[in-house]
Amino acid sequence: MAAMKSKRLDLSSRRAINQDSFIQEWPETGLILFNSPFDPKPGIRISGGRLRELDGKPEAEFDLIDRFIARYAIDLTRAEAAMALDSTEVARRLIDIGVPRQELVELFGALTPARIVEVVNRLNTVEMMMALQKMRARRTPSNQAHVTNRKENPALLAADAAEAVERGFSELETTVGVSRYAPFNALALLIGSQTGRGTALTQCAVEEALSLKLALLGLTTYAETLSVYGTEKAFHDGDDTPWSKAFLASAYASRGIKVRFTSGTGSEALMGHAEAKSMLYLEARCLMAIKGAGSQGVQNGSISCIALPESLPGGVRGVLAENLIATLMDLELASGNDALASHSSIRKSAKLMLQFLPGTDYIFSGYSSMPKEDNLFGGGNFDAHDLDDYNVLQRDMQVDGGLRPVSDEAVLKVRRRAAQAVQAVFRQLELPPVSDAEVEAATRVESSADMPERDVVGDLEAAGRFLEEGRSGLDVIGALAREGFDDIARKVLALQKLRLSGDHLQTSAMVLPGPRVISAINDPNDYRGPGTGYSLSSERRQEIASLKQALDPREIGRERYAQSGGFLRETGEAGAGTDPREIVIALGPAFGTALRATLLGIPHREVLRAMIDGIRAEGLRPRVVKIYATSDCGFIGHRGAQLSGSGIAIGIQSKGTTIIHQRDLEPLNNLELFPQAPNLDLSSYRTIGQNAAKYAKGEPVAPVPTRIDNTARLKYIVRTTVLHLHETRQVVKDRKPRELDWSRIEAAAGSGAVEKALPA
Amino acid sequence: MSNITDNYPLSEKSPDRLTTPTGASWNDIDLQSVLDGTLSISDLRIAPETLELQARIAESAGRSQLADNLRRAAELVGVPESKILEVYQALRPGRSTPAELESLADELESQYRAGRCARFLREAAQAYAS
Repeated sequence: MAAMKSKRLDLSSRRAINQDSFIQEWPETGLILFNSPFDPKPGIRISGGRLRELDGKPEAEFDLIDRFIARYAIDLTRAEAAMALDSTEVARRLIDIGVPRQELVELFGALTPARIVEVVNRLNTVEMMMALQKMRARRTPSNQAHVTNRKENPALLAADAAEAVERGFSELETTVGVSRYAPFNALALLIGSQTGRGTALTQCAVEEALSLKLALLGLTTYAETLSVYGTEKAFHDGDDTPWSKAFLASAYASRGIKVRFTSGTGSEALMGHAEAKSMLYLEARCLMAIKGAGSQGVQNGSISCIALPESLPGGVRGVLAENLIATLMDLELASGNDALASHSSIRKSAKLMLQFLPGTDYIFSGYSSMPKEDNLFGGGNFDAHDLDDYNVLQRDMQVDGGLRPVSDEAVLKVRRRAAQAVQAVFRQLELPPVSDAEVEAATRVESSADMPERDVVGDLEAAGRFLEEGRSGLDVIGALAREGFDDIARKVLALQKLRLSGDHLQTSAMVLPGPRVISAINDPNDYRGPGTGYSLSSERRQEIASLKQALDPREIGRERYAQSGGFLRETGEAGAGTDPREIVIALGPAFGTALRATLLGIPHREVLRAMIDGIRAEGLRPRVVKIYATSDCGFIGHRGAQLSGSGIAIGIQSKGTTIIHQRDLEPLNNLELFPQAPNLDLSSYRTIGQNAAKYAKGEPVAPVPTRIDNTARLKYIVRTTVLHLHETRQVVKDRKPRELDWSRIEAAAGSGAVEKALPA
Repeated sequence: MSNITDNYPLSEKSPDRLTTPTGASWNDIDLQSVLDGTLSISDLRIAPETLELQARIAESAGRSQLADNLRRAAELVGVPESKILEVYQALRPGRSTPAELESLADELESQYRAGRCARFLREAAQAYAS
């Protein structure tokens, strides 16, 4: 490494953002988001009711994906008219509130992949967000959580699942480190998801055949693993074709099980099969294949590849574009934000806003509901420790991100009960026991590192047998009921019964408590500009506002209120002093009377005493007056200075903000101002007293040294506001300043009656 | 004029129309039937008629591909899981010759009256061959 250029540059280079990878575009390998020079030009040729040419490629040269798209994904009756439209004109319709969603769905159902990408690329990032807000299929946004742990502990999985649902997640996805654990992980999620007041669909991401089996047995209630790629070679490496995936989708539907497909920018380049095409062009092909397969929806947004598009120019915009195209294909959208995308919190949060603000069907297709170290999906871009941040973002923006603040008590209660339910089911089904210590640990641990060890070999054997014997969701329901968990048993059964209805096979279905299904059928996105579409109900607005850490401002500073008689006594109106050796200390209207301590909780009596001591140390005479006409620090000090025989006064507000004033200065000018009370301690107040005296004596004065804490305003602004409000309430406009007898301040000193410092 | 989507969601609006392929009705399925052991997981299945209803609902919302998928699914209700997995495996890359796919299509058509699925397999066979 070269010699350090500057300390500042060196420190910057070590910031989190500089641990991310950034590269320039390389179109030949598909390392480019939009507009590869090798992308085809949009075009279509239809004759005899057949698509003869797709984006410049004649039918004879079609690969499997072209054939699939041509056969199932383009509405040939509309295609020629739709393709004749100007791309900018179509782009404008996307953000024109006068053009309804359904009209655009029909239009985009008749375009080719290259044209779709061209249109979307005419929108800037904000326009894409506007389009996403209008085009997502379901009106109500929601959220999915990932629930895994390194030790694959079933009690912890159930506890994490229960907490996730309590926090508002409406879908839970788990996976496995060791695939033989799959049935137990699925079981733990099934139980945990139905433990609290909410409900959620659950899935276990494993190999296709096993995934189908778990769903058929009722151990999972939806599936999401049907991956699709934009080139034939990548598809083959995934060991599927569009037809095999489509058939699998029908298989799930035939058993009443919800499915969404998976795709995302960057996967083809990562697999070495991008064929020099841009990531977005390939993703458009994926999404058309998914629509053609008859899937109700997709999770995309680069998913586990996210760091690859983010290494390129326009990566985050490109990922938003692929989310948008999914909605243009009229698909349910679970919009990524799952795998770790950046080291930088700033960058992660900024990226999230592109899905969070417009809203999608599932903003995360896997929010890590546990700490990152337990995430088996690739880290988790946001995790358990970011939940409070997320709740604040919802509150700040008044955006429904699908989650709700919950109390610590509610979290612990639901975690313990879920772990107990798993313990009971394992006992009832004669599976390896879950100990009381595990239940207790599952309720309270940070991560699986703190969980007691289980007999891994025993668990895996039991899990294998469980699957071989064809144990099902019904066995779980029976075990729950027999162990006295009737409420959970009924909820699990109600979810299984939904299969009879197929209601959750419709686009963008989510299950609410009841269970009640809402989807794009009975909750269609009807956004048509301001005043339409989804809006927060007053209950939901209140729920989002009610952070557990939000205080009642009426209660702030109560401990600073006067509890008993004061240490100051008014002796009459204060007149102008004549003694050139007197320094006036002018108190704010509540100081030492209605209020008894500063912002930091330093008792007013001690603050006053410190200033008196300082003045006396310089051989001058302190005189204390109360100002009623104003609560402003500058004016308090200025009024004091008019009364001071020396012309010098200290003004102090109840919160502790202090000024040294002089008679002939303008009210808002000063000799010294200490605007940030939190940076003052008793020795500062004593020095303030001394300095005031020195000004009066005409001696040279070194300003009082104070600490600089740039977070003081951030930390204390609310308390400052509330305390100042209380002081201002004591203002009596036309009341003249009063002389104060402060002799009791000394009588009380050392008598044990001195007020203790209060908590800040 | 009544709209097909007025019945949606079926589980809420018309559960009395819901039966399983084994003949159980929505109201038969409760915690007691699970505890009595009179219910098996294979009873908790969607009926072809219900899938057709959902297909029509999807179609009325302009989702013809989803409707096609649900209609293929309706045909697969009576097809055993082992056969479904066999067809899925056969459709994966490099697993079967066009003739093998053709014969599976014939079987779906003749044995399970799964004409749409059979046609879908033949389209796949044709695409794989070209």
